[in-house]
Amino acid sequence: MTILEGWWAYVFIAIAGWLATDIWRWLGVLTGNRLREDSEALNWVRAVATALVAAVIAKLILYPTGVLEQSPLWLRLGSVVAGATAFFAARQKPAIGIATAIGVLAVGLYALGF
Amino acid sequence: MKNGETAGSARHWFLAGMMGIFSLPATILMLSFVGFCAFTAQAGIPVEQVVFMVGAVWALPAKVILVSSILGGANILTAFIAVTLSSIRLMPMVAALVPEIRTERTPTWLLLFLSHFVAITAWVFAMERVQSVPRERRIVFFAGFGITLVLANMILVGVVYQFVTEFPPIVAGCLFFLTPVYFLTSIWSSARHPVIYVALAVGLVAGPVFYWIAPEFDILLAGVGGGTAAWLAERSWRQRKEARA
Repeated sequence: MTILEGWWAYVFIAIAGWLATDIWRWLGVLTGNRLREDSEALNWVRAVATALVAAVIAKLILYPTGVLEQSPLWLRLGSVVAGATAFFAARQKPAIGIATAIGVLAVGLYALGF
Repeated sequence: MKNGETAGSARHWFLAGMMGIFSLPATILMLSFVGFCAFTAQAGIPVEQVVFMVGAVWALPAKVILVSSILGGANILTAFIAVTLSSIRLMPMVAALVPEIRTERTPTWLLLFLSHFVAITAWVFAMERVQSVPRERRIVFFAGFGITLVLANMILVGVVYQFVTEFPPIVAGCLFFLTPVYFLTSIWSSARHPVIYVALAVGLVAGPVFYWIAPEFDILLAGVGGGTAAWLAERSWRQRKEARA
């Protein structure tokens, strides 16, 4: 694992983080209401953006860092499935889904002696 | 808001926005930030860099990708591309929010400044609640909420960082897990277009597949490749449905 040091870390974060995100916010302001909500181009942009975030989510679940690195994959996947089931059973209430997933994970980690 | 009704003072609406810090979305986001803090602390990223990142980048998915890129030893250009691709969705989000909160007199520089505070949580919160705020006070309301949320999380991360490494393993593990689980539910429940659901499902599969094929560019390829596939699939379903109708 690489850790950035000194001023270079801040330049790195400012360019690859700050600038990389704010460009799109500024473009969003400038585009404003000129962007057509029903355009096919915007639909594609939505799809790519969502798939990107979904890929990050999958990586965090399948290849976590820290404590969860030692936890079994079936427990992490089981927690997500349990959370998703509760989420849909409770009319898509985010708090219910999140609480269930985390609750199952906590019980599982405890049972495995973490 | 009809003419003649009082809009309430700017300070009143700024404070009303600030009070949004006590809402459920803000609470979940702050817990996710504690989780993100644990992730960075365990990875060994210095606390000053983490606090700077929270204020400068703000969007949580972008930060997770940035940290993953740094840890993976990516160069600044590769990191920039991965982060910027993950943030494209900020553009339509901001573009959809701007017409809701501005008036004819709102200066563009103010919108450019306030756009920095847009990320999933602030956006969902604003789009939901701004309807009940008088139009001439919406900018102030959003500023109150957005600025408070960013500053609160910067302080939170700075304070919590030294404790997260001493958390019992179960707590650290659960906090780490909060981020992916929170993203999953918030993307699903805030989706307003069918293509989002398809893209979410495709991305969840494409992420690991591309990690296996090309680990250096996995997120980027899963986003562009998986997203395009999801868009094509959803479009062809839509066209077939329209043809039958």
